[in-house]
Amino acid sequence: MDLVESYAQDLGFARKRITRALLALLLMALLAFPWVAPDYMVFIATLVALFSIGVIGQNLLIGYTGQISFGQAGFLAIGAFSFGHLSIWGAPFLLALAGAGLMAALAGVIVGFPSLRLKGPYLSIATLGFGVAVYQIFVNSEVLSGGRSGLAIAKLKPMFGLSSVRYEYFVYMLLLAGFTWVSYNIVSSFVGRAFVAIRDSDIAAEVNGVNLTRYKLLAFALSSFYTGVHGALYAQVLGHIEPQIFNILESITLFAAVIVGGVASIEGSILGAAFVILVPKVFADFREMVPVVYGLGIIIVLMFQPLGLYGLWLKTRLYFQLWPFR
Amino acid sequence: MEKLLQYSFTGLSAGALYALVALGIVLIYRSTRVLNFAHGDVAMLSTFAAFALLSNGYGFPLALAGSLVVGAALGISFYLSVLARAQREGANLLGMVALTLGLALILQGVAVYIWGAEPVSLPFPISSTKTYRVGVVVVSQLALATMAAGIVGSLLLYLLVQKTRFGLAMRATSENLMAAQTLGIPTRLVLSVSWGVASALGVVAGIFLAPALLLDPFFMLDPFLKGFAAAVLGGLNSLPGAVVGALILGVAESLTGGYLTIQYKNTLAFIIIIVVLLVRPEGLLGKEFKERV
Repeated sequence: MDLVESYAQDLGFARKRITRALLALLLMALLAFPWVAPDYMVFIATLVALFSIGVIGQNLLIGYTGQISFGQAGFLAIGAFSFGHLSIWGAPFLLALAGAGLMAALAGVIVGFPSLRLKGPYLSIATLGFGVAVYQIFVNSEVLSGGRSGLAIAKLKPMFGLSSVRYEYFVYMLLLAGFTWVSYNIVSSFVGRAFVAIRDSDIAAEVNGVNLTRYKLLAFALSSFYTGVHGALYAQVLGHIEPQIFNILESITLFAAVIVGGVASIEGSILGAAFVILVPKVFADFREMVPVVYGLGIIIVLMFQPLGLYGLWLKTRLYFQLWPFR
Repeated sequence: MEKLLQYSFTGLSAGALYALVALGIVLIYRSTRVLNFAHGDVAMLSTFAAFALLSNGYGFPLALAGSLVVGAALGISFYLSVLARAQREGANLLGMVALTLGLALILQGVAVYIWGAEPVSLPFPISSTKTYRVGVVVVSQLALATMAAGIVGSLLLYLLVQKTRFGLAMRATSENLMAAQTLGIPTRLVLSVSWGVASALGVVAGIFLAPALLLDPFFMLDPFLKGFAAAVLGGLNSLPGAVVGALILGVAESLTGGYLTIQYKNTLAFIIIIVVLLVRPEGLLGKEFKERV
């Protein structure tokens, strides 16, 4: 029996067979969703799905490996524009998606190199610099960005007789499920443990035989692959991209999603993505209040619920499982 | 040669403002170990406060004083109400960065709510079109004033930190918080004053930047990033480093803008910083706090 070392593990004891039933129920609800909800809601769910992929990637880097990065918008832009160019050259959807992810991962490895020497604040400024550089390169280079009018991307062709909104929803949900499954496996494998060891103390990790160079670069590559795919899927949904979309606010939104959702948790990443997508929609009539809600969300979460929305969910679940005792 | 001098001078006057921003960031980082991502937004909101005072018919000195008070009050109250509490509970670097980002987002939202996203121009008593000739260099009145503001701000901070009893307490607190508390230094007061002074320095930069850029809720983002970059370049816990870093950044930016390409000005500045950091990971003059395992 291992020692119980953290609050999350403590809560993990409460896991029961009912979890599986609930999961099956959730999957069925997701399957039925596009037939009962209006198209607009389905579209928002699609957005949440694609954002979740990026937020999970960002969480792998920030939450699990502890490397603060503010250059996510750069990876998003690289993913989106690689995808755009590939699909204009006629690459099929999945191939273009993989290409976008790989391009971003390559950039991630390049950005990862400074992380071998830089820590904390110094690393965050280096990644910020990367984000600014990518932004300026895309803004100033018409070959890459498709000029003033941006890059137009053809819509996905729906199959199986589904409407285009529903088809997109199913494709994105499948991708999200795949990425979530892979991430669970990464996190609970030796790779994930190496990431957590680096986060908690990189010197101690190295002493214990974690190859810092390899795992830091791997963390950057993985996280930027996810972010690149996020960028590509976003480009596909928008149907038209220009470099101005991928500014520093986009990096901050992703960061906020990680913190509000829950640092170092995959379910939390999905909740965080839902938060940053839903808040602007709910507050659509008070657009200027959206950053205030983000900001308050971050502060409240960090002050009162360090595990974020995911921690809130764990506590609620525990409460009902133990009910009427507490 | 004239061009070189001209570009260097422009760079220095931009650098003076970056120095004010960077000094604030460094002051906060070395006293409370917090990277303050809300620094630019505190300055932005306070500059808007000055704008509000000016448009209600108050004079410029009063508006300046008012905005300094608003900035300092914002910094101090954020530190006392949120950060001090988070630090007591042992928040890590990531958590504190996120807290300041939260404040930044709130301030931006508030500014957009009150003043709207349309850029406005701050009525400023010093003109940017009036120029003097010094030797071969053309100097605008505004550039001179910004340089003066940068020099006066840095000098006052130097006197405060190095020459007063309170400055001694500040240095002691930043060196070792526990030991300072044991010696009877009112560290809570010292730290909140550090936050107040740092925020006020940022406000000065904001006021002097407003006439050159237009005033909108995001106008401090770029200068803040530059100030942050300069602080990192100089070493995040070294006050002289912040000034050196800022001046280097300003001149480098102006020279690349003048001789190479204007479009990649920011990119080149960041590349310089990354290269310097790769050689000296702790910044030019910095000495990072040693970490124990």
